[in-house]
Amino acid sequence: MMTVRAEPTPEPRTGHSPLTPAPYRVVGRRAEVGDVVTLSLEPAGTSLAPDFVHGQFNMVTAFGVGEVAISISSAPGAAGPIEHSIRDVGAVTHALCSAPIGAVLGVRGPFGTGWEVDHFEDGVDVVVVAGGIGLAPLRGAVRDLVDRQRGGRGRLFVVAGARSPDQILYAEDLEAWRDAGAHVVVTVDVGTPEWEGPVGVVTTPLPALPFDPSRAVALTCGPEVMMRFVARSLVDRGVDPSRIRVSLERNMQCAIGICGHCQLGPLLVCRDGPVVPYGGTADTLFMERRR
Amino acid sequence: MSESVAEDLRAHAFLAGLPEGTVDIIAGCARWATFDTGQLLLREGEPADTLHLVHRGRVVIEMHQPGDGGLSIETVGAGHVVGISWVSPPYRWQFDARALEPVTTMAVDVGQLRAELGRRPALGFALLDRLASVLAERLQSTRIRVLDLHRLDDDRPR
Repeated sequence: MMTVRAEPTPEPRTGHSPLTPAPYRVVGRRAEVGDVVTLSLEPAGTSLAPDFVHGQFNMVTAFGVGEVAISISSAPGAAGPIEHSIRDVGAVTHALCSAPIGAVLGVRGPFGTGWEVDHFEDGVDVVVVAGGIGLAPLRGAVRDLVDRQRGGRGRLFVVAGARSPDQILYAEDLEAWRDAGAHVVVTVDVGTPEWEGPVGVVTTPLPALPFDPSRAVALTCGPEVMMRFVARSLVDRGVDPSRIRVSLERNMQCAIGICGHCQLGPLLVCRDGPVVPYGGTADTLFMERRR
Repeated sequence: MSESVAEDLRAHAFLAGLPEGTVDIIAGCARWATFDTGQLLLREGEPADTLHLVHRGRVVIEMHQPGDGGLSIETVGAGHVVGISWVSPPYRWQFDARALEPVTTMAVDVGQLRAELGRRPALGFALLDRLASVLAERLQSTRIRVLDLHRLDDDRPR
């Protein structure tokens, strides 16, 4: 049986101190839905971009403004630049989203734990449930899981939720994954007269999703309240809680487990997360209340 | 009663676990109903007289806007039920329900069903127990949506 555990933080291989941003150049910029922009970044110098695993994050700096943790939304090993999808919700993210092609940003990382998709046994179904921009840290993993399904190594089910049809992130990717054979459900909280897809929260499709819960692995990312309901719904379907993985988000600052800003219960999320098992870890953390 | 309605009612998730004889009583009140894409199963304001057990196809529950399209509230499909306003006053549909694609339901005549429930309290309890689960699921879903969880992410300045 697969064990799901928190991995130690891989040593960042930037050639710099893990606290020193390396210069990266914006080589691509794509406006997604709403306030989300996907930036493609390449090292500005001669060094190569460091290896990373699905689910890890980088600390991205807008010089003179600040630094913020952003999940990597491209797949490791893929040709081309590293991608980050960023929602413009504050001063730093606004500066990043406004960065033009050619601009130089700072990048530290990668940091944190990953989804461990390479460890899934052959034959097991993988269920991915994402809400809103929560699809970003899963995008690279889903791409590899589509290849896994194509290779006959296990089925893939993707449930993506959005507030409304015009807020569906990576709509082209979702369509491509469906065309490639993945079972993809896109549901919105609020429909429109033109929308003929499912209307309801992301938990709604789960009871009827035709996966085999007895050996399934589930990955979920989105607002933490959503993940709590998703995990409970999956457990109700019979999924082993230890085979459900969630991605936590906290105020990451040092990203190497020193400063304590991202502490949640016994975890330093930057070091012990962001990806953690639901059973035995996130299930209790999700019930933490402000003291 | 059509035997095929009884067979398919027995297989329907909403009635799973009910004794066979109980399902036969419900089947005695049921008929097959089909709806083309875009056709209304229920129309807001009209008497709530039918419980639809969806057998095939997808249905959107919606509220219409005067002179415009409908505002989608929820979509349901095979294994779900449509039409629960007959359970409590004023016994009128509160929303429209429209077929998103060709839909087949097992349509239970609520007038007949009520008469049976009056004679068989145990059947009434079993059915209301299932309807309460449907109502609880929809309430839970509504509560989550009222929270607008996506906004929680937007409101965290970074």
